[in-house]
Amino acid sequence: MTNIFNYIDRQSPVHRLTGATKLICLIFWTFAAMSSYDTRFLALLAVLSVFLFTLSRLRLRDVSFMIGFTVVFMLLNNILIFVFSPEHGVAIYGTRHVLFTIVGRYIVTREQLFFHLNLILKYFATIPFVLLFVSTTNPSEFAASLNRVGVNYKIAYAVALALRYIPDIQHEYRDISLSLQARGVELSRKESVIKRLKSAATVLIPLILSSLDRIEIISNAMELRSFGKHKKRTWYMGYPFTRSDFLAIIISLLLLLGSVFLTVVNKGRFYNPFL
Amino acid sequence: MKQFSVKTIVAIGIGAALFFVLGRFVAIPSPVPNTNISIQYGLLAFIAAIFGPLAGVLIGLIGHALIDFSYGWGIWWSWVVASAIFGGFVGIWFKKLSLYDGVFGKKQIILFNLYQIIGHIIAWGIVAPLLDILIYAEPANKVFTQGLVAGAANIVTTAVIGSILCIAYAAAKPKRDSLAKE
Repeated sequence: MTNIFNYIDRQSPVHRLTGATKLICLIFWTFAAMSSYDTRFLALLAVLSVFLFTLSRLRLRDVSFMIGFTVVFMLLNNILIFVFSPEHGVAIYGTRHVLFTIVGRYIVTREQLFFHLNLILKYFATIPFVLLFVSTTNPSEFAASLNRVGVNYKIAYAVALALRYIPDIQHEYRDISLSLQARGVELSRKESVIKRLKSAATVLIPLILSSLDRIEIISNAMELRSFGKHKKRTWYMGYPFTRSDFLAIIISLLLLLGSVFLTVVNKGRFYNPFL
Repeated sequence: MKQFSVKTIVAIGIGAALFFVLGRFVAIPSPVPNTNISIQYGLLAFIAAIFGPLAGVLIGLIGHALIDFSYGWGIWWSWVVASAIFGGFVGIWFKKLSLYDGVFGKKQIILFNLYQIIGHIIAWGIVAPLLDILIYAEPANKVFTQGLVAGAANIVTTAVIGSILCIAYAAAKPKRDSLAKE
């Protein structure tokens, strides 16, 4: 429960990079994977991110829980797309090669399967990298990295506060909910949805009121320490860049440029093998 | 800018933490299998109505991004942005709702729900599906149906939870000008 973001402290080249570097790489990487639908490029990203994953000495077991969520999400998304729009691939690639018919308008075409392949590849190109980021970046360093990347330090500090207080609020929520359930407030499936919503609100009221008090206390404490007086601020968890940091940033920048370049060469985001 | 006071920053931090906890751990099972009702939007509308648009935008953005991070499926930017826009839209009207002064009568309840419904329609009916199409090139009828379902569910939860929270908050807060000179 204390480790919701699944940070795993190990010695590896990926762990040694600063949080700011990993954040910059994550942004470049996800934008590269997001903008391109070029199958070859996505496959390259997928292979690279799996390679980085092994480099970080993470084990599959460490992240199996998160992978489970993602796989379910990915399958649902693919099924929904097919149910709603079985001809989406045909519309994108402009040709139609029928493979077989399931029922009615659900005709499987090669174009549609190819679109789904690209979609799945997109997941494989980004998800290992996100898992890598989450598991190798210390949450306390995350706020410092946001500031380093150029986010206003007040907003970065708000993120730090959120990360700091999530476990506390989680704890408080559980206490309140258990004590109310002991007094007979029903939160389970036995009640109707609207009733359940109302009992959720009963739990929320004490939680919110105490959180508002908390806001008052923390902001008074911060104001007494002159928070926000200066334009800049230093971070306990901020580290200086090393050579490998620059290298990582340059590589991911090149990947992003590659994605843009491919979009220009392919005259669009899609790589079309059917023409 | 008065908006960016220390209090607003702390409210953003704590609000995002609340948004995260509610969205991630407090799951109310819905009649549809495998879908949970997200009650965090009631909270988001409530906090935005107290602390204003900046708090609304940033709580939606940070809270939703943290939830996505903790599941590990990458950040689904289209929906994160939609959350931020909803928070910001309700926040714009915070002066009109005068919740901070401890006044929340019938008129304010109607206004609050009007704003939250328009906000949800903009966020889930327009912004999220359009970004889904733009970023992920998904089929239009799929994303609009998804957005409509999510938006409708969010409107109901915000109407129930957000209104109850506002009323409770206003009742717990001493009213402005509640002291009379004798």
